[in-house]
Amino acid sequence: MPLLEVRNLKAYYLTSRGPVKAVDNVSFDLERGESLGLAGESGCGKSTLGFALINLLPPPGKIVDGSIKIDGIEVVGKPDEELRREVRWKKISMIFQGAMNALNPVLTIGDQLSEPLIYHQGVSKEEATERVKEHLELVGLDPDIYKRYPHELSGGMKQRAVIAMALLEHPDVIIADEPTTALDVIVQAQILNLLKSLKKKLNLSIIFISHDLAVISEIADRLAIMYAGEIVEIGPSENLYLNPRHPYTQKLLGAIPRLKKKVERLEFIPGAPPNLIHPPSGCRFHPRCPYRFEPCDKEEPPFIEVEPGHYVRCHLFAKR
Amino acid sequence: MAEVVVKVENLKKYFPLRRSVVEFLKGAPPRSVKAVDDVSFEIHKGEVFALAGESGCGKTTTGRLIVKLLEPTSGKIYFNGTDITTLSREEEREYRKKVQIIFQDPYGSLNPRFRVYNVLEEPLILQGIGDTRSEREELIIRALESVRMVPPEEFLGRFPHQLSGGQRQRVAIARALILNPEFIVADEPVSMLDLSIRAEILNLMEDVKKRFGLTYLYITHDLSTARYFSDRIAIMYLGKIVELADSDTLVENPLHPYTKALIAAVPEPEPSMKDVIKEIPIKGEVPSAANVPPGCRFHPRCPYRFEPCDKEEPPFIEVEPGHWVACHLYSKR
Ligand SMILES: Nc1ncnc2c1ncn2[C@@H]1O[C@H](COP(=O)(O)OP(=O)(O)OP(=O)(O)O)[C@@H](O)[C@H]1O
Ligand SMILES: Nc1ncnc2c1ncn2[C@@H]1O[C@H](COP(=O)(O)OP(=O)(O)O)[C@@H](O)[C@H]1O
Ligand code: SF4
Ligand code: SF4
Ligand SMILES: [Mg+2]
Ligand SMILES: [Mg+2]
Repeated sequence: MPLLEVRNLKAYYLTSRGPVKAVDNVSFDLERGESLGLAGESGCGKSTLGFALINLLPPPGKIVDGSIKIDGIEVVGKPDEELRREVRWKKISMIFQGAMNALNPVLTIGDQLSEPLIYHQGVSKEEATERVKEHLELVGLDPDIYKRYPHELSGGMKQRAVIAMALLEHPDVIIADEPTTALDVIVQAQILNLLKSLKKKLNLSIIFISHDLAVISEIADRLAIMYAGEIVEIGPSENLYLNPRHPYTQKLLGAIPRLKKKVERLEFIPGAPPNLIHPPSGCRFHPRCPYRFEPCDKEEPPFIEVEPGHYVRCHLFAKR
Repeated sequence: MAEVVVKVENLKKYFPLRRSVVEFLKGAPPRSVKAVDDVSFEIHKGEVFALAGESGCGKTTTGRLIVKLLEPTSGKIYFNGTDITTLSREEEREYRKKVQIIFQDPYGSLNPRFRVYNVLEEPLILQGIGDTRSEREELIIRALESVRMVPPEEFLGRFPHQLSGGQRQRVAIARALILNPEFIVADEPVSMLDLSIRAEILNLMEDVKKRFGLTYLYITHDLSTARYFSDRIAIMYLGKIVELADSDTLVENPLHPYTKALIAAVPEPEPSMKDVIKEIPIKGEVPSAANVPPGCRFHPRCPYRFEPCDKEEPPFIEVEPGHWVACHLYSKR
């Protein structure tokens, strides 16, 4: 049984102008100890999917349909009280996008990390301190950081502290939302190394969200590409990077400048991602797709398994 | 020998730091942030010269000094042979026409209360170009067309918040182009944009460069785009250029230990690294520019450092034609 099983998940922002279909019909599995990269353009629904998975959608966001099973437990529809007691932070936790810059400036790192343990878990102050120090060490920080304030730490140290915070209650899965985006390349590589070694050491499952396919390739066993609220392609990293099938994935990979390979002319995807209140009919990518053909603007393409474990949502691969 | 458009000589910009009360009472000397600390380079006509390095190394400050948004602490900047640190008012206005800057943030760099039309008209009015509204409109439409915002009429009335990030950056490029400049400082013009648009904007900048015979200073923290877009790359560390070479040489044969580490750290979109802990040859993070280490400023992090490194500043030397490096490994051995 996979550790995380997501089926036909729909998470919408119910705005007065209509529902923003930020996550629409998303299905995937995640095994224990496995890392899944989640990539796509800004606004395609990556963070929303993360929020939905830990059941912390900001209002007016709501899971409107579908199922999320964590370790066999269905969490959609579970009362928040139970989620807090059994699931959130304990089985699944999240490193929020920009969290390192959202640390409370007037609290020491130790206080910010131990407070949730003391107030939500009823852990004693001594035990909380002990556990926080252990976790600071786990992420490669000097436990004396406990007494320091956020402004006294470098960017890389703050990001490590935020990772320690997500691990405090020993979750099986962590969702890391753009954890290296604000960091310089050397610090980014250090943080990626840390996540890789934690994954191994703790047999952790990781959902690594980034708009940067080069960064994701450093850590993801499998890769999912999102477009306009949907996963349009998912499969083993090797398959997606070396043999992408969906036109959108192909275009995205063609748009990446490479350092070690000279590229004469980068490709780009003309046009912009669609409005998610009124997404295009049929295939959501059809207005920008160079391969679109007759069914594309009418029928929604099915999710097709093109190789074992490699799925593509595109009419080009439908048997007809 | 290629024609030199911009020449920077021993350029320094120190920002004074306010002393704490304790420092003041102890009579400690005033300290400063050495944002740019003795930088020299030349940019040739028609080339893209990249200034790359981690955040805080002084890239933006250098760019702002060149476009005269900041005054240098010392040093010289020449544009087509003329020292621009001592221009008369009239000459300065002329200079501001020939040299333009594109900023990093397509969200913050456009006045939110200006429609696209006004954004593009403002520089024309400031420079007294176009006598009538219809003459100016003609120029504005041509500028929008040159950045492929077509039909231009559809965009003239829009406010920045009604444009996508890529469209905003195109308006910023149009604003830079409208005065027919010779030289453009592009300060991280694509780093806030989505990958799919990044390529489009870089290609666009390349196209307008060819079309209008422009020269660029391309400021970036991203070596991959620097290699794609630039002819030569200078690597900055804590206010100094530590290595300079043509783009291919710099990437394929880096000499400075810092450049080597940067290049090793850049991820490639290939799934071969996912089970490996990447070897990063240097430790820690960049120290503050208020506390520049003595000798070679990279020495506290350098795996190769040896006896002179914490005492003597390494000279910037040309180790092969066009390939410059500031490191004792190449000057003392
Ligand atoms: N609170 C909200 N109310 C209404 N719509 C929202 C809200 N939050 C996000 N959205 C919309 O939902 C969609 C998905 O947003 P989300 O933040 O998940 O994107 P993302 O893929 O994480 O983007 P980024 O790469 O920029 O972080 C976008 O169209 C966004 O505008
Ligand atoms: N106006 C200013 N006042 C004080 N310090 C500044 C100012 N502008 C930049 N600095 C400092 O100068 C250094 C170089 O900054 P900057 O040129 O912006 O670097 P980069 O563009 O390479 O990130 C940094 O330490 C920065 O904090
Ligand atoms: S379904 Fe049609 S429009 Fe969509 S990606 Fe495939 S070919 Fe393109
Ligand atoms: S001068 Fe010395 S410390 Fe500096 S980069 Fe060279 S070897 Fe390293
Ligand atoms: Mg997000
Ligand atoms: Mg900058």
